[in-house]
Amino acid sequence: MDILKIENLTKVYNGKTVLDIPILNIESGKITAIIGPSGAGKSTLLSIINGIEKPDTGSIFFENQEFSKIKSFSPAVIRRMALVFQKPVMFNASVYNNIAYGLKVRKVDNALIGQKLTDAASFLGLSDLLDQKAITLSGGEACRVSVARAMVIRPDLLLMDEPTANLDPANVAIIEDMIKKASQIYQTTVVVVTHNMFQAKRLADNIVFMLNGQVISEGCASDIFENPLDQRTQAFTTGNMIY
Amino acid sequence: MLLSFDPELYGIIGLSLKVTLTALFFAALTGIPLGVVLALKPFPGRSILMNIVNSLMSVPPVVVGLVVYILLSNQTGLVGDHRLLFTPTAMIIAQFLLALPLMMGLTSTAILSVDKLVKLTAKSLGATPFQVALKVVSEARFGLYSAMIVVFGRLLSEVGAVMMVGGNIRYMTRVMTTAIALQKGMGEFQTALALGMILLLMAFLINGILEMLRNYGRVS
Repeated sequence: MDILKIENLTKVYNGKTVLDIPILNIESGKITAIIGPSGAGKSTLLSIINGIEKPDTGSIFFENQEFSKIKSFSPAVIRRMALVFQKPVMFNASVYNNIAYGLKVRKVDNALIGQKLTDAASFLGLSDLLDQKAITLSGGEACRVSVARAMVIRPDLLLMDEPTANLDPANVAIIEDMIKKASQIYQTTVVVVTHNMFQAKRLADNIVFMLNGQVISEGCASDIFENPLDQRTQAFTTGNMIY
Repeated sequence: MLLSFDPELYGIIGLSLKVTLTALFFAALTGIPLGVVLALKPFPGRSILMNIVNSLMSVPPVVVGLVVYILLSNQTGLVGDHRLLFTPTAMIIAQFLLALPLMMGLTSTAILSVDKLVKLTAKSLGATPFQVALKVVSEARFGLYSAMIVVFGRLLSEVGAVMMVGGNIRYMTRVMTTAIALQKGMGEFQTALALGMILLLMAFLINGILEMLRNYGRVS
């Protein structure tokens, strides 16, 4: 079953088409990695799925709800998603209040917030940092907080834009474990944008390869990495693409 | 001078603080929300309005005083019947009108200086437009404290408008700045200078309190 269906989606910036996707489906409960070189339109696609930007034409269906230039997702649908940005921005508050933000805006009971937060913080190694000012954290810690902030909501659809870019291997491993946990235990659908082929191989059930705003290949990870039918996909996944 | 416990002097100090702080309170109450809307909500004519607000930030106080004088005057004023001219209320109105564009403009600047990702992050975590606005305001709080300090300083040191609409009436509308102007006019330079020092001390104390609030927010 597909949680997202994308149809005839286009986005144009300054006369240049940055997205042109006739059809793309995202399978529910699976981890989908969107790979491709810089400027392929991966981050723009995530922003449109999350409703931060509007498409110029076409629609996205989250289950049966449509999002297009003239139709917005309902607040209830928006609250079933969370987006982790490539550059994590920390609110000027404690780590606890940063992670709790998504729950507080949903008016979740304080006791329940504490309980949910303890789990996420412990898994991401943030338990000792909860009282610390978030703006004083290191890059790796801030990244983990931004992941915890999204995970603690238990979204049905978790969108992640290069969540481990510029992180050391230890932090990468922690975040990847958390992504797997979300998928396996909570059946969260994860769409992760990554440049890292090894990460895509480690994490993803499905792969979408994008180039110049278009989806070039999509399918299960083993097919894309082991038997790519498209030459450009093969060149990219083997590190031989010059762009 | 302060140790002489002169009731007139303390009356002048009290009235200065009352007029300034009341105008500051109402300017913050209206100017901060308006500044937030100006910064966050796109609407037709926003850039023109922003230009107007920025221009009004540097309007000469005597012009504001003159407008308020005309409005409150018995002969010409729209609200002349209320007999507000030459009262502390008229001084508060004039100071409020002076402070409002300043508060709006400085608030907008503080809000616009917040990282755009704060807004997007709050939105992506499920915040409603109102909750997003609250989060952005919360992130801009140190800029807002600074705005309060700047506006307070401008109001406390203002003389032209309060002189025009207050009239510098003894025991009624005389404040520190108008008292200094009067003493200078009478050639009492020592008294004028002493009053100036007291005014500076008042500014120092109130700014100290606002600064403490700002620093408390930073470390808590």
